Amino acid sequence: MTTALELHLVNKIYPPPTTVTALRDVSLVVRTGETVAITGPSGAGKTTLLSILGTLERPTSGAVRIAGTDTTDLSDPDLAGVRAWHLGFVFQQFFLLDHLSVLDNVATGLLYRGVPAATRRARAGEVLERVGLSGRLRHRPAQLSGGERQRVAIARALVGQPAVLLADEPTGNLDSATGQEIAALLAGLGGSTTVVLITHNMEVAATMARQVQLRDGRILDTADAP
Amino acid sequence: MKAATRLRAGDAVAVSTAGLRARRLRAALSALGVAIAIAALVAVLGVAESSKAELLDQLGRQGNLLTVATGKTFGGDPAPLPATAPAMIRRIPPVRSVTAVGNVEGVTVRRSAAVPSQQTGGITVLAAQPSLVDVLAVPLARGAFLPHPAFPEVVLGDATARILGIGAIDAQTQVYLGGTYFTVVGILAPTPVAPEIDTAALISYDVADELFQLQGRSSRVYLRVDPDQVADVAAVLAFTAAPQDPRSVEVGRPSDLLLARIAAKGAFVGLFLGLGSIALLVAGVGIANIMVISVLERRAEIGLRRALGARRRDVAVQFLLESALLTTAGGVLGVALGCLATAVAAHLAGNPVAIPVVAPIAGLAAALAVGALAGCYPALRAARLPPADALRTP
Repeated sequence: MTTALELHLVNKIYPPPTTVTALRDVSLVVRTGETVAITGPSGAGKTTLLSILGTLERPTSGAVRIAGTDTTDLSDPDLAGVRAWHLGFVFQQFFLLDHLSVLDNVATGLLYRGVPAATRRARAGEVLERVGLSGRLRHRPAQLSGGERQRVAIARALVGQPAVLLADEPTGNLDSATGQEIAALLAGLGGSTTVVLITHNMEVAATMARQVQLRDGRILDTADAP
Repeated sequence: MKAATRLRAGDAVAVSTAGLRARRLRAALSALGVAIAIAALVAVLGVAESSKAELLDQLGRQGNLLTVATGKTFGGDPAPLPATAPAMIRRIPPVRSVTAVGNVEGVTVRRSAAVPSQQTGGITVLAAQPSLVDVLAVPLARGAFLPHPAFPEVVLGDATARILGIGAIDAQTQVYLGGTYFTVVGILAPTPVAPEIDTAALISYDVADELFQLQGRSSRVYLRVDPDQVADVAAVLAFTAAPQDPRSVEVGRPSDLLLARIAAKGAFVGLFLGLGSIALLVAGVGIANIMVISVLERRAEIGLRRALGARRRDVAVQFLLESALLTTAGGVLGVALGCLATAVAAHLAGNPVAIPVVAPIAGLAAALAVGALAGCYPALRAARLPPADALRTP
């Protein structure tokens, strides 16, 4: 089985004035198509771990391999390319652009690949249908419920069919029922898409095939779901 | 591993315009600042050019006008022009037409005898020949030019009419001139090339000789010359007019006055352009300020775009384009307003509308430059924002 993500002895120490050691010797291998939940209390380093997996931040030391490529020596534009072509992101705050329609928000997921606007919209329409929002294409994000907004954000992350989807507390702003629906949606992507999800909600974590516990920047143990 | 990103040019513009549309009022107000500054610059250039066009037009028509006037002798006494002067001047081959005026000294013009004789209003009384109107190319604003040379009739210069408070004239309009009531038969239009005519009351030589013993003497001769030989004629004019004492006469080229006025306008244009540029600078600082605020407010958007694959460059271009689009929109509006202001001003002043081609182009270029400059620092800040930090925005 191929490896989608690989961290090798990753350390992250934030520079002064904070000088916080967020990650200590973290090694993690995520196989292609696997769904992984990273859990842990606040300040455990979950978001830092996700940022490093998503090449949004560079580790202080250690290696990050994405789809078999070592990202250590990649330039900023190259890292942007990795994000555009191989990674999809979902955030707790959704980060939808208020002034764009649902369709255009999702189409933005292909903007930085240089895909023509018509193709972007067509693909966005298809993905929105997959997440059950085909009736909301012309709506503005402000007209949607929280769960619907997160579905839009997930559609935006999936529109480019990335190898890996990284979700940072995707259910954090949703009620528990809606949160479970979103978690189920993400879990259902497994097999074709690798999903790494950060949460401190154990029910949400349980929807993923594997749980990784993080505490004080260290991985405590990893367990496959029963 | 296929990983090259690229943002299409059209998409970059679309992203930036969408960013501006999302904050319409703010964008409109900051663009308005630029528009006002650009409008001021275009209007300054346009108004100056329109009035200059009028002056240059006059300069073209008046460039071949020369004057010979009574100067002073070496001792400082007033020297009348020799009686032969007009006739001698007429004999110079390139001279096309000649007219003379004679200063009637010691005679005042008043609205009526009841006005004290000290209140002359600075009006001079000149004896004039009928050819004056043609040689000076000065139209009559009202009436006719001394149609009956034997009668006590007077034509007023433009300023004279205003000093005496005479607007409309009829058969009863009279002024008290040297102890006699003269009928006002005409009022001249302004003569920028001969300001001394503007402040004069003109009577015929016949009447001047009869009532004031002028004896046909001239104090100033106006002549039109072949435009190609103006300098040659000017060189021999003093000798021709007063062979015995050439230094006692002054030869003048009235169009020099127009040149001086054009130069004076140029000085004002420089001043106003400077003020307009300061306004543009202030507007530019305003744009930079708005863009910095925009970058601070949109940290999450910047982080999101970086997560979606935007390079630093793409983020910088987005904000730089927003700034440039904002000021260009302001520039277009400003050029339109400036042209409109120029047209209105020229219409009110009775000048031709002459907007130099450089004004709209320079206006737009200046707006674009201000936008690019003002957007530089905010764009750099946006591009340097670490994506993970940007996404941690609460």
